[in-house]
Amino acid sequence: MNTTEQHPADTPRPAPGGRPNTPAALDIRNLRMRLPHTARPVLDGVDLTVGAGETVALVGESGSGKTLTSRTVLRLLPAGTTTEGTVHVAGDDVLTMNARQLRHLRTRTAAMIFQDPRAAINPLRRIGDFLTESVRLNKIMTPAAAQARAGELLEAVGLTTEVPRRYPGQLSGGMLQRVMIAAALMGDPTLLLADEPTTALDVTTQAEVVALLGDLRARFGTGLLFVTHDLGLAAAISDRVYVMYAGRIAETGPAASVFARPRHPYTKALLDSTPGLDAPPGRLVAIDGQPPDLRREPTGCPFAPRCAHATELCTTETPRSMPARGEPAHTAACHHSDRLEGTPGDA
Amino acid sequence: MNFVRFAVRRLLEMAATLLGASFVVFGAMYLAPGNPASFLLGGRSASPAALAAIDRQYHLNDPFIEQYARWLGNILHGDFGRSIEYRTDVSHLLSSRLPTTLLLVGMALVVVVLLGLALGWAGAVRGGATDSAILVGTTFAIGTPAFVAAILLQGFLAVELGWFPSSGSGSGDGIAAMLWHLTLPAIALALYLVGMLARVTRSAMLEQLTSEHVAVARSRGIPERHVISRHVFRNALGAVLTTAGLIVSSLLVCTVLVETAFSVGGVGQLLELSSTTKDFPVVQAISLIIVALFMTVNLIIDLLLPVVDPRITLGTRATG
Repeated sequence: MNTTEQHPADTPRPAPGGRPNTPAALDIRNLRMRLPHTARPVLDGVDLTVGAGETVALVGESGSGKTLTSRTVLRLLPAGTTTEGTVHVAGDDVLTMNARQLRHLRTRTAAMIFQDPRAAINPLRRIGDFLTESVRLNKIMTPAAAQARAGELLEAVGLTTEVPRRYPGQLSGGMLQRVMIAAALMGDPTLLLADEPTTALDVTTQAEVVALLGDLRARFGTGLLFVTHDLGLAAAISDRVYVMYAGRIAETGPAASVFARPRHPYTKALLDSTPGLDAPPGRLVAIDGQPPDLRREPTGCPFAPRCAHATELCTTETPRSMPARGEPAHTAACHHSDRLEGTPGDA
Repeated sequence: MNFVRFAVRRLLEMAATLLGASFVVFGAMYLAPGNPASFLLGGRSASPAALAAIDRQYHLNDPFIEQYARWLGNILHGDFGRSIEYRTDVSHLLSSRLPTTLLLVGMALVVVVLLGLALGWAGAVRGGATDSAILVGTTFAIGTPAFVAAILLQGFLAVELGWFPSSGSGSGDGIAAMLWHLTLPAIALALYLVGMLARVTRSAMLEQLTSEHVAVARSRGIPERHVISRHVFRNALGAVLTTAGLIVSSLLVCTVLVETAFSVGGVGQLLELSSTTKDFPVVQAISLIIVALFMTVNLIIDLLLPVVDPRITLGTRATG
């Protein structure tokens, strides 16, 4: 966890849900996923949408299933995985695609920005080759057109035109992540997936990359699913937020609302354990206990063993997602949401 | 510019190493037991005057350093001396045999590279039963010494089936006859190295297959065959090229055994014969040529490595 300050973004954003009459960039319905040799599903009924041009953050700690969720969108699944539910990207179901459709999805419709750009880019090939290889090899553009587009995108991410001749080892981590972002935009995708895109970078570079992602998302009109464990970043960049715990969506809603008035004890605990410059000095509050492991099938609310508000009900009955009063977009899967209401008007 | 400086430095290093090697080669023969003069006389007793004449002709009584300097000076002028056994210039002996050996080693190298890379590739990419079969096969190949392979090949393919000649090099009958004569020796020479290169290729490719950048390439919709060729195999090439030095040196050493087993009239067989007859000018010349060949190959590999892995000359080799 780093010390990025929590602050609302100052650029206006499109309304949640995006433009009318366009299919959502991403629409996940009741996604359940099982890995071999596990007792409980790693993803258990995940519902998540990213409207066209919308920015959505997916927050959770390690092992909560957030990375798996984002990888499912490109069907990058571990061997032996079984899935139920649907994952629609720009209207097409990813889970039933054949090899050709899948390649089309990965080159033209959705692209992912990975956590560590040093590991993600082949160190033995030039940057120019990396940028253009997907559109060239899939015959989407001629080599000349691909080169021209790569040049434009490099400029858009703030890099110079001599970068294509370089090897990855000659660029800094921040520059490489810009290259990664430019590469993701090559096929003009409807949806960008960013899986902890700033975790491997230092703090000042993080801020630059996040600002850049925000700009580009607006400029190219792509939907963005931003996967992070960093609540400050999530608050800074996103229109809406999903908080994940043990393979389920614990809470979701407009970013401002979720962070100001969390309705799930897990979200509240996460917020309390986030260091911030404006927070009162003192010890950080850690969340006691461990996330449930995959070998046991939990009953009731998966967070109950770690929850200060847990009652008998929580250990026997699994809570369903319920909207907040007067704010239907803000839902939480907790029996005791109402007892958590933050001070109203604090947003 | 960077590349030129790299090349020049390697060339200078090679010259220095070659000088050192020549000293060792000469010194080893000097220190080895036995006296060429007595061999030359074939056990007959000779007058002290005759012995002295031989000593004088081969400068056997001069101080070591003087002998070495004279030998090295002559070699630099292209004179490898005269063979005691054959009573002819060593360079003449070599000129008829070196092409045979080079052809044999070249054929074996082609077999090693084609078969080794293909088997390693197939094992890594296909996995399953193919991979298991290749693993078992390469284990046998690695476990079979070249002279055992030579005997087996002669027994089945030459004597039983009569497909190939069992001995000789076919030199003098044209290139086709030579290729036909050298097929079995080349296979015997290649067998172990095919197994080794297949193993190296397979494990280097498997390592790349699990790497993040390959997963990323797939996530970008790169067709699988391009992922394998452009990222997996391409990145495994460094390990393969490094092994190539080992392969060539092993070929040069094992060709002595194989040429002897198949009576191929090459440099290797000549080295074996000359060692037993203490024909020291021949042994020295061949040893030095083998060392020089080996070093030339390594120089070429050193010069190719930065082409295969740009991190090497650029001095930015990643740490992880």
